[in-house]
Amino acid sequence: MEISREQVLHIARLARLRLGEDEVAGFQKDLNSILGYVDKLRELDTTGVEPTTHAVPIDGVLREDVADQRLSPDAILGNAPQKQEGYFRVPKVVED
Amino acid sequence: MSVYDKYEVVIGLEVHCQLLTDSKIFSSAPTTFGAAPNTQVCEVDLGLPGALPVLNKQAVEFAIRAGLALGCEIRPTSQFARKNYFYPDLPKGYQISQHVHPICEHGSLTVELESLSRRVRVMRIHMEEDAGKSSHLEGKPVSLVDLNRAGVPLIEIVSEPDLRSSDEAVAYLKELHSIVVYLGVCDGNMEEGSFRCDANVSVRLHGQAELGTRAELKNINSFKFIKDAINYEVRRQIDLIEAGQKIVQETRLYNPNKGVTFSMRSKEESHDYRYFPEPDLPLLVIDSAWLERVRAAMPELPAKKRARFVEAYDLGAHDAEVLCASAPVADYFEAAIEGYAKNPKVLANWVINELLREVSGDQTIDTVPVRPPQLARLVELIDTGVLSGKLAKQVFEAMVESGQEADAIVEEKGLVQVSDEGAITQIIDEIFEQNPGQVSAFREGKTTLIGWFVGQVMKQSRGKANPQIVNDLLRAKLEGQ
Repeated sequence: MEISREQVLHIARLARLRLGEDEVAGFQKDLNSILGYVDKLRELDTTGVEPTTHAVPIDGVLREDVADQRLSPDAILGNAPQKQEGYFRVPKVVED
Repeated sequence: MSVYDKYEVVIGLEVHCQLLTDSKIFSSAPTTFGAAPNTQVCEVDLGLPGALPVLNKQAVEFAIRAGLALGCEIRPTSQFARKNYFYPDLPKGYQISQHVHPICEHGSLTVELESLSRRVRVMRIHMEEDAGKSSHLEGKPVSLVDLNRAGVPLIEIVSEPDLRSSDEAVAYLKELHSIVVYLGVCDGNMEEGSFRCDANVSVRLHGQAELGTRAELKNINSFKFIKDAINYEVRRQIDLIEAGQKIVQETRLYNPNKGVTFSMRSKEESHDYRYFPEPDLPLLVIDSAWLERVRAAMPELPAKKRARFVEAYDLGAHDAEVLCASAPVADYFEAAIEGYAKNPKVLANWVINELLREVSGDQTIDTVPVRPPQLARLVELIDTGVLSGKLAKQVFEAMVESGQEADAIVEEKGLVQVSDEGAITQIIDEIFEQNPGQVSAFREGKTTLIGWFVGQVMKQSRGKANPQIVNDLLRAKLEGQ
């Protein structure tokens, strides 16, 4: 599988990254080499093998429903570049 | 035949229910609604580096309950996934949801309408976290973000495209709403967004096998708006097709003030969510012991309760439906039956016609001053002839006012029904004496005057005369001579 220049730009757009012309070429090369490695793995026959989603086989990690944790408003908004009356203030998101 | 009749409407619904947990789905921050902005938030909800999610056990149980109620298979192993997109109210840049292996699959819900019964397949129920809330300031280039809602647990119940009209869609939603509230998994408050619906709507010619292109109507928050939005959307799509145009697959919003749907401007790649398994959460494993514990604790569901009410109390389908629409009302009715079991039908009428009228605003069925044993006693007083229906209404109003027992009010106000024939005869004689014209008119054949005579007697007795006895005595006296 070959990653096209358009796909690199698409992925960059989804990740909100602005790439320079040389970076596009660089990422195209890098991504292709990673996918080439994955292609190598595909040579293995994995018929009947459950997909691995976790390297560590644990389950049953659940919390009781107890609400005993929250940060102070100062801490919550501490890293916000802009705030207003207890809210995070962000550039307008237009949906309508 | 109208051009609209040529088309079949196809609707699938996605319903988001906020689960009634105390803490969030992946953190121990509280889920309190309506708190000051950004006060119910911890590191996990903020998506701070290094903060890790841990799944809330109660949220899982609620999801299992919903799945069992809808006849779903509960997966022994299910998996969380990341749904990636950028939006200011989603601090991590992804929503933790379920994708390929949701907790519940392959259920159904049967919806009863007047003329048909429709089995709607439930494709899946998955668990996910809610996003925060952005508000947009009128005329200013900024939005304000409150993350209190970020991480509130949701289940999304996804139906197959099995619904064929806006009425069916509303009936499905009402039944689903009733079920999740019965189960105690969701408070069902649509205004506050605890129960929200997206509708996938398309049309196709009758007999056509493949589905038409659909529009997704997002976040509609009342049953009426859902009906109106779907009806508008169906007409819009048919008009486009008839005009030779194509339907665009898109997300649309409904404007209830204008009664129209409109396209939500969104970039084409916004639907490229790049799901992948959530590495921060292990697989969710539900063993059979856990599943059986949840199953054993399931409450009676609305459909079963309705059938039982019809069977056990000989109620009509409509009465059973009204009583069972909410579990507290059904419980109230059954508690009243315990107080007086001889006349469930009349008791049902009193609950439906009088009591429920008192339940509005802050007044709930659990706080209304007339408690089940008191209503039961009132119905008993009617049944035993102490009160006429009309007097009983006066007593009921006084009970709502004062919270007193029916007997105390009857005594205090002297409202006991007069069944003494001598006393009633005396009133009748007086009326005959004062109205000789009406008496002879009746006897000459104008028998419809009987109602007028009954009215006069009731007026004279200030509503206390037993109407049955009044009627019998009047007829005997008027027809006898």
